[in-house]
Amino acid sequence: MAVPRRPTGGGATAWARWAWRTLTSMRTAVLLLLALALAAVPGSLLPQRGVAFDPGAVTRFNRDNPTLGPWLDRLGFFEVYSSPWFAAIYLLLMVSMTGCVLPRAARLWESARAEPPRAPTNLARLDDHRRATVTVERAQVLQAAAVHLRARRFRVVVDEHSVRAEKGYLREVGNLVFHLSLLVLLFGVAIGSLFGFEGRVIVVEGASFTNTRLQYDEFTPGPLTDAEALTPFSLTLDDFTAEFETSGPQRGSARDFQADVTVLRTPGGASEAVTVKVNHPLRVEGTKVFLTGNGYAPVVSVRDGRGQTVFTGPVVFAPVDGNLSSEGVIKIPDAQPTQLGFEGFFLPTASIDPQVGPRSLYPDLLDPQLLLTAYTGDLGLADGAPQSVFRLDKSDLTQVMTGDEPFARALAPGESMTLPDGQGTLTFESVSRFANFQIAQDPGKETALAAAVALLLGLTVSLAVRRRRIWIRVTDTPTGGAFTLEAATYALTRRGPVPDELSSVLAALPGTEPAGTDPSPHDRED
Amino acid sequence: MPTPLLAELSDRLIYSAIAVYALAMLTYAYQAARRSQSPAQRSRLVEAVAVGGPSASPAPPPNPAAVSRPAPAARRPERIAAALTTLAFVLHLAGVLARGLAASRAPWGNMYEFTTAATLAATAAYLVFLRRQPVRDLGVWILALVTLSLGLAVTVLYTPAGDLVPALNSYWLVIHVAAAIIAGGVFTVGAAATALYLLRRRADARDAGVAVAGYAGRLPAARTLEDIAHTAHLFAFPVWTFAVLAGAIWAEDSWGRYWGWDPKETWAFITWVLYAAYLHAQSTAGWRGTKAGWLALAGYAAFLFNFVGVNLFINGLHSYAGV
Repeated sequence: MAVPRRPTGGGATAWARWAWRTLTSMRTAVLLLLALALAAVPGSLLPQRGVAFDPGAVTRFNRDNPTLGPWLDRLGFFEVYSSPWFAAIYLLLMVSMTGCVLPRAARLWESARAEPPRAPTNLARLDDHRRATVTVERAQVLQAAAVHLRARRFRVVVDEHSVRAEKGYLREVGNLVFHLSLLVLLFGVAIGSLFGFEGRVIVVEGASFTNTRLQYDEFTPGPLTDAEALTPFSLTLDDFTAEFETSGPQRGSARDFQADVTVLRTPGGASEAVTVKVNHPLRVEGTKVFLTGNGYAPVVSVRDGRGQTVFTGPVVFAPVDGNLSSEGVIKIPDAQPTQLGFEGFFLPTASIDPQVGPRSLYPDLLDPQLLLTAYTGDLGLADGAPQSVFRLDKSDLTQVMTGDEPFARALAPGESMTLPDGQGTLTFESVSRFANFQIAQDPGKETALAAAVALLLGLTVSLAVRRRRIWIRVTDTPTGGAFTLEAATYALTRRGPVPDELSSVLAALPGTEPAGTDPSPHDRED
Repeated sequence: MPTPLLAELSDRLIYSAIAVYALAMLTYAYQAARRSQSPAQRSRLVEAVAVGGPSASPAPPPNPAAVSRPAPAARRPERIAAALTTLAFVLHLAGVLARGLAASRAPWGNMYEFTTAATLAATAAYLVFLRRQPVRDLGVWILALVTLSLGLAVTVLYTPAGDLVPALNSYWLVIHVAAAIIAGGVFTVGAAATALYLLRRRADARDAGVAVAGYAGRLPAARTLEDIAHTAHLFAFPVWTFAVLAGAIWAEDSWGRYWGWDPKETWAFITWVLYAAYLHAQSTAGWRGTKAGWLALAGYAAFLFNFVGVNLFINGLHSYAGV
C-alpha cells in the first residue's frame, strides 16, 4: 500500500483517516517489525526479572552498576517483555496488521465472487505471451480452453471472443489465516498469563508436597489466577536417582534423572506410583509437574547446649556447579541457651584444594563430606521477616572460634562435631537427594497451540501458492483461412507465473498451431 | 554406547571434507578471476534461465555442474568446482552420519555437531539451487563460510562422541534442531545471494548506463540475484517458523512454559521478525530492493548470533547444549 498523502486543511476526520491509513500501511508494518526486533535485543543482554534462569541477576547487576542500574530499572530494561514500550510496539503492530488485513479479506471476498477481469487490450505486454493459429471454429477452441482450465481448477468465464481465468485465491486465504492466527496466538498468551501460574518447589526424598499456594517455595500467579482453587493433588518423592557419565572426556555429565513419586490425584483418592523425568512431566488435570533440577540434602541431627536433640532431618543445600558442589546453612532456632547457625559446603566427591578451596570433583556420592562453620546468637527469625533458607542473617550472630581461627570441621557421614564450650553437637547422619519441581498451569496454551498450527499452515500456503490469471483471445476475422489466437498469463504475486502452465494449456487445444513467443518486456533476466 | 571406530571414522571424514571444500573454493575463486579475462564474459548475462521458483526448470540436468551456459571450454573450472563440492558434500554427509551412528542418536547434540550438520545443510542447499538457478557465483562465498566454520568446529568446538544430557533426550531434539539446521542452510544461500545482489546493485547505480566493471560486473543481473534470494527466503522462512514453534512445544514439555524469553528464544524471535520484515519490505514501495536486502542480512546476522553469540557469551537455559 502506498504512503497516504497528508491532508491539506480538512477537519479532524481527514486527519484521523490519514492517521489510520498511515498506521495500516505496509511501510509502517515494516518499521514496526524492525522496532520490535530491536526492542527485543536488550532483554537478552541485560538480566531480566521475569526470566527464571538466574533470579539474583538483577540485584547483582544493580550492585555492580549503582548509577546505571536504577535508570535502566525506571525505563523497564529489567522487564523488557512486560514493559510498556515493548507492549506499545507489538500492540501497534497488531492494530496495524488487523487494519491492513481485514480490508484485504473484504476485497478477497469480493474478488472471489466477481468474474475474472477482462483481458487488457495489449496482451503482448504481459509476463508470458503466446500466439497461435487456429484452424477450427472459434467457439470450439474457447470451449476446449475453458474445459481444460476448469480441470486445472481455475475460475473460468467464457465470452464470445475470449476465455478469462483466475486461480490461486488460496494464497490470500493463507495470508489472512496467518495474520489472524497471530491475533489468536496473542490471545492465548494473554489468557495464560492472566489466569495461569508458575511455581517452584523443592522436595526432599521421603517428603511430600500438596498443591496449595503456601507449600510453594516460589509462586507466580497471573493477575486473575484463583490461587485458592488449585488442582488439589499431592505427591511424595519416594526415590530420586541420578546417573552420570563415569568415564571418558565427558565424565560427570548428567545422563539420566528420575524421580519416583506417589501421587494422590484427588484428596482421599487412590495413590498411584509415577515416574517423573526430564522431558516427561506428570500431568494432573490442567496442571503439569516438571522435573527441572536436583541436588543434595545432608541429613543432620543437632543437640543443643542442654544435650537435647532439637533438630533431625534433611537440609537442602543449593548446587553451585556441575559437579554439585553445594552451599547451604542449617538454622536451629530451638537450641538453648543460644540459637545455633551453621554455614558451609556439601561436596558429594570432596576435594579440599588450598588454591581453589573446597569443591566437588564428581556429581555422584563417591566421597561425601560436609564442611561447616558455626555461629551462635540470634538468627533473626523472631520478627517474622522473610529470610532465605540458603543464607544466615549474621547481624546478631557471633562466629564460633577456636583460638584465632574460625571453628570449622569436615564431616563424613556418621561423624559428629562438638562446638567448643559445650554449646552443642551436630551429627552428619546421611545424605538424601532432593528434586526441584516446576509446577505450571496455562489455560491458554491449547489456544496458542491451535493458533500456531493455523499460523504455520496459513504461512506455508500463502508463500507456496501463486495467484495468476490466464487470458485466451481469438481474433474476429480470419487471415488466410485461419484465426489468430493470443494467450497470456499474468502473475499477481512476485514469484511470477507457473512455468510452462500456459504452453501446456495451449497444447491441449484442438486445431491450434503455436506461432512463436514474444519476448516480453518483463523478461526476468533483465 | 559410542563406538570408537565409527567416531574416529567420522572425524577423518570431516577432515577430508574440509580439504576437498577448500579445493572447491579455490577452483571457484580461480574461475571468478579467470572470467575477467574471457572475451565471452558478457554472454553469461543473457543466458536463458527461467527464474521463478524451485520448479523453474522442467527437466533439471543430471549433472549439477551442467547449468545451461555458452562456451563449454570456459566452464571447465566451474564443472570441476561443482564436482569437488559434490564430493566434499558426500564426505561431509558420511562424516555426519558416522557421528550419528557412533553416538546412536541424531548427530546434532552439541555445538560441534550442530556446526557440522548446519554447514552440511548449507552445502546441500547450495547444490540443490545449483541444479535449477544461476547460483555458481555464490559458490566461493558459501564454501568459504562452510570451510571456515568446519575449521573452527574441529579445532575450537570439538566434542568427542557421547551421550546427551537428560534435557536433550527427546525426539523433539530431532524435529526442532533438524528444522533449524535446514532453515539455516537455505538462509545461508539467501544471505549470499542478497549480499551479491547489494554489491551488484551498488555497482549498477555507480556505473549507470555503462557496462559495469570489476567483480560486480561479472555477477548475474541484480534482478536474478534478488530472485534467487527471494526464493531461498520464501522456502526457509516457513521452515524457521516451524523450528521456532517446535521449540516452543518442546519447551512446554521440558520446562513447563512454551515461551520464556530465554536468550535463545529471544534471538530466534528476533531472527523471525527480521525475516518477516524482509518479506513485507519486498512488497512495500520504497523498501523493495536495497533496504529489504539489508533486512535479510540483518536476519541472517541474528541467526548466526543466536548460534555463536548466545551459546558462547550469554547464559541461559540453552547453555547446556555444550561447546
